[in-house]
Amino acid sequence: MMNSMIIGKYVPGNSVIHRMDPRAKLLIIFMYVFIVFLANNSVTYAVLTVFTFGFLALSRIPLSFVIRGLKPIIWIIVFTFLLHVLMTKEGDVLYQIGSFSIYEGGVKQGIFISLRFLLLIIITTLLTLTTTPIEVTDGVEILLAPLKKMRVPVHELALMMSISLRFIPTLMEETEKIMKAQTARGVDFTGGRFSERMKAIVSLLVPLFISSFKRAEELATAMEARGYRGGEGRTKFRQLVWKWTDTAFLAAVLLLAVVLFVLRS
Amino acid sequence: MDIIFQKVEHVYNANSPFARRALYDVDIMIESGSYVAVVGHTGSGKSTLLQHLNGLLQPTSGTVTVGNQTITNKKRQRDLKPLRKQVGIVFQFPEHQLFEETVEKDICFGPMNFGVPEEKAKRKARELIKLVGLPEDVLSKSPFDLSGGQMRRVAIAGVLAMEPDVIVLDEPTAGLDPRGRKEIMEMFYRLHREKQMTTVLVTHSMEDAAAYADYMIVMHKGTVWKTGTPQQIFQDSDSLEEIGLNVPETVRLKKELEKKLGITLPSPCLTIEETVDAIQKLFSKVNTHDE
Repeated sequence: MMNSMIIGKYVPGNSVIHRMDPRAKLLIIFMYVFIVFLANNSVTYAVLTVFTFGFLALSRIPLSFVIRGLKPIIWIIVFTFLLHVLMTKEGDVLYQIGSFSIYEGGVKQGIFISLRFLLLIIITTLLTLTTTPIEVTDGVEILLAPLKKMRVPVHELALMMSISLRFIPTLMEETEKIMKAQTARGVDFTGGRFSERMKAIVSLLVPLFISSFKRAEELATAMEARGYRGGEGRTKFRQLVWKWTDTAFLAAVLLLAVVLFVLRS
Repeated sequence: MDIIFQKVEHVYNANSPFARRALYDVDIMIESGSYVAVVGHTGSGKSTLLQHLNGLLQPTSGTVTVGNQTITNKKRQRDLKPLRKQVGIVFQFPEHQLFEETVEKDICFGPMNFGVPEEKAKRKARELIKLVGLPEDVLSKSPFDLSGGQMRRVAIAGVLAMEPDVIVLDEPTAGLDPRGRKEIMEMFYRLHREKQMTTVLVTHSMEDAAAYADYMIVMHKGTVWKTGTPQQIFQDSDSLEEIGLNVPETVRLKKELEKKLGITLPSPCLTIEETVDAIQKLFSKVNTHDE
């Protein structure tokens, strides 16, 4: 299962999308989340879909790769679809089974909502597929910088984000190691009765928690030993550069918003 | 219980772009009741090899035979449980596997997973805590209140409590002080001697390999480079150095002495005691010549 999860995985590349400023990407996604709700008929959904897949094509990430990554969430989408199909009572009756009737409006609604869902996931996945975690945190930190005036600890939040991202692989490795050690002591992680399963999970979680706390403490000490004093007066090694393409992409998204606004019913 | 590897290959993440061959063409035999040291440079495949001993990893191709059980890639993980009781593994930094509220419960955890009744497991725990050199009153303490070295001993007791026929040790003394190191190595050696426990030691310490093992497996780049008794292995120090390993300090001293003095020492000089003995004999010979 771990191998099919692509959300949060970075795929190295050198496409236009890869080279985009992370700030631009974050802004686009932020806007996109609202824009998605502007679509409410076939035309607007078509425009939105074409636009989204255009982005995907520009990133040069193989479509099959994205589709494979969507597998884990396909059930949520199917569930949403069915819910809308069965619950919406609008338009003509298309089909009738006993007391259940399926309406034209329901099918339409189901398709629209699932599509909306799918497009949102594709575009956000595209962000993490084409942007390194470090870039994302840098982008978040700069975008949120105005909030510092309101005493929001922006730098600390960004640091927390990058540390947690950094330690995901370490934690996975640790999990595997402890699972192996407990398996060697006769624990069965794959089956067994409920009480046995709980015990198995405890034997994994307790050591994981302990080592995580220990690691956090060691990391804090190491950072302090190297003179870390928070974000005050700290310069950046990686400078973000805003290019004209970033402006162009932002403009394109704004244009999309206008087009959808005009075409929506 | 003999352990036989036949043409064992292991590929991590097989059939994916991340596939990596960690082990290939491994043909080894570990005789029942022997003490075998597995040495090799980091990344030589030692850890992958040892995880095949109790079926934590299954060979991608080839077979591993442990006693009367044969492990191939077709075997289901569930069927490998009995094997895990017979082959105990003390992983690197085993103290990371402790999780129970008390030391006693943690030691009993392994045996009880294999269906040993609680009373019997507790008796075993009391017996083992002494064996690993800790006072009996730690049994009621939380393992997390102990020092690192004591935690290591508790974890080792937890593996020994399963009463395995084969014990696999992966760098069991890494990070311990010299005295603790010696004590733990001596304890395992005593177990090996007294209970004829088949022992497989994965180590970076050529001194330990020389002192305890009666057979050595040298791994290099995922396959067996050489096997033999420590004496045979350490004879050719030059080629060992080529693959990033060295010989024990005592063997190095012997070599230097032989070169400087133009003589050959009859003793293989695998332990400090042997070396001291050989040098003493050398001196007494020199003295008798003088008279």
